[in-house]
Amino acid sequence: MTAEFVQPDLMPALPEMVMLAMTCLVLVVDLFLPQEKRGFTLLLSVLTLALAIGAVALVAPASAVSSFGGSFVLDQLAVVLKIAVCAITIMVFVYSRDYLADHDIYKGEYYVLGLFATLGMMVMISAHSFLLVYLGLELLSLSLYAMIAFNRNSLRSSESAMKYFVLGAMASGLLLYGISIFYGITGTLDLTQLSASVKGQMAEHPVALGFALTFIVVGLCFKLGAVPFHMWMPDIYQGAPTSVALFIGTAPKIAGFAMAIRLLVDGLGDLQVDWSQMLTALAIASMALGNVIAIAQTNFKRMLAYSTISHVGFILLGILSTSANGYASAMFYTITYAITASVAFGVLLVLNRKGFEAEEISDLSGLNDGNPWYAALLAIAMFSMAGVPPTVGFYAKLSVLQAVIQVDMVWLAIVAVLFSVIGLFYYLRIIKVMYFDKPMAEQTTTIKEALDVKILLSANSLSLILLGVFPSILMAYCILAFS
Amino acid sequence: MIETIIFYVFAVTTVVSACAVVTVRNPVHAALFLVLTFFTSAVIWMTLEAEFLAISLVLVYVGAVMVLFIFVVMMLDINVARMREGFVRHLPLGLAVAVIMLGIMLSVVTSDVFFMDVGSEPVARAADYSNTKALGGVLYTDYVFAFEIAAVILLVAIIAAISLTLRKRGKTKYQSPAAQISVRKADRLRIVKMPSSEE
Repeated sequence: MTAEFVQPDLMPALPEMVMLAMTCLVLVVDLFLPQEKRGFTLLLSVLTLALAIGAVALVAPASAVSSFGGSFVLDQLAVVLKIAVCAITIMVFVYSRDYLADHDIYKGEYYVLGLFATLGMMVMISAHSFLLVYLGLELLSLSLYAMIAFNRNSLRSSESAMKYFVLGAMASGLLLYGISIFYGITGTLDLTQLSASVKGQMAEHPVALGFALTFIVVGLCFKLGAVPFHMWMPDIYQGAPTSVALFIGTAPKIAGFAMAIRLLVDGLGDLQVDWSQMLTALAIASMALGNVIAIAQTNFKRMLAYSTISHVGFILLGILSTSANGYASAMFYTITYAITASVAFGVLLVLNRKGFEAEEISDLSGLNDGNPWYAALLAIAMFSMAGVPPTVGFYAKLSVLQAVIQVDMVWLAIVAVLFSVIGLFYYLRIIKVMYFDKPMAEQTTTIKEALDVKILLSANSLSLILLGVFPSILMAYCILAFS
Repeated sequence: MIETIIFYVFAVTTVVSACAVVTVRNPVHAALFLVLTFFTSAVIWMTLEAEFLAISLVLVYVGAVMVLFIFVVMMLDINVARMREGFVRHLPLGLAVAVIMLGIMLSVVTSDVFFMDVGSEPVARAADYSNTKALGGVLYTDYVFAFEIAAVILLVAIIAAISLTLRKRGKTKYQSPAAQISVRKADRLRIVKMPSSEE
């Protein structure tokens, strides 16, 4: 039995191929650029991402297509999420430029590693076998470990990179353990075949399946940052350079959501009673712990980390409702959360200057006196995170809660609302600090304003209101992805 | 018959040399025993008709990785005596962990939660069946995407390792071949006119 050499259809993977080729180009071109022309690397990186978005739009299929023996799938979900990931990475790159220059880490490797991480996310989004999910995840994680440790002169960065590396390796191990048990039970890594095989094995081997599922859920929730697997997040957000924290806090969440959908819904849909229960406990714990601990934080980056944990709880709410409506609203929530978080970190990056690392909440005091525009942009982001209309955060929360109520889990919706109200406190405190506190002495200097950053950040922040008023712009695509 | 004998000879050698890796005192001997273990496992794979894996195990592990190991072992001056300190003190804990591990493994193997009945016994292939060709057939079709991504991961590892460890030191003295080659006679040689000493 010699296998026929059948050429796989390469077209669906065009965005990934464009991305890889261009990233290698960036890597080589950057070597020949002198330090003062580093801006060209940024330009080329943004062009890479723009080309990738174009390629995704070009190959976007009417119905799902799969290639490479079914291990790669391009459907509506993949198209929307890939565009979102690339667009958010563009914003990350533009916002971080001045911060990197001020901290003497303005190097091409930041962009190269960022692009490779984006490629990893795109692989995760399109993966339809355990093998590709894992490879994409490792590509993303490995790039992130290096990006965190990028500022070699900072002891804290090295420490948090080490923490993330050790914990991330352990979580990957747990995920692999779960994958290997599933492989032992079903004899396949392909998610479509796995799904068919699990159905047959459910009556025979319920314990072994549950055992394997637990490992998968734990590995997944570690990567998403759900309680009790959240311990790494506050330390890494605080320790990483703010430009990297911005990256970690936004695009990888979208990839994590895609991984959850691929593994749990596509692959293990028949075990949904089990994982839905597990996610319920994790979601409640995340919302409770994230919102309550965030109140006690004085460091803005740590506060955002705990806020992320609570938002992950909300995303899990959408997934655990196990309905197309729930998945669509979780997808909407994830994308809009990534947009919101990029505004919050973006404003923080603008406030950074040479020799002054803005990261405490007190660093924001009286921001309105000197820079009313940036204060307003951050205020919009805070309102959106808190879920105040007319910002998009309100609609995102509303649609998730709606999905939860539709599956008769009213008590869960009430718990979620209660914790959101608690969360309101610390978001409003930021607004109070910005508008009603006296500015501190070292803050009187006006901040450096790059025009492109200002325009992009403003558009980014105002899009939160636009999406809040007209959510159907994005929601239509989310619903289409799960119909 | 002959296959069974080959299997038992090499299986026993594998187990014995694997035990020797962790018991011999000399680290170089341990590394050499590891080479033997890899080699005999490769032979066992060969009897399972996995020729490509067997050959790549010998080429990659015995040929490259183990040579590197032996280099490292010889270059690092490991103080064996100090590493053996506290052997008796930690023995009870180590034994307890070993017993617990053994118990867990036995309970897993003997219980019916995990089962070993999936799949049927593999049948022997015909003599002209090429394992390598079959592997290549799927590696460059169904798995080509995963294969490429795995390569990208290695590339990222190289970039990350270099960007995290490469530091330019101001004081290092290094040669600049370009400057050396482009040097002219006038830069190095100074002709001094001196009066002749004969007069």
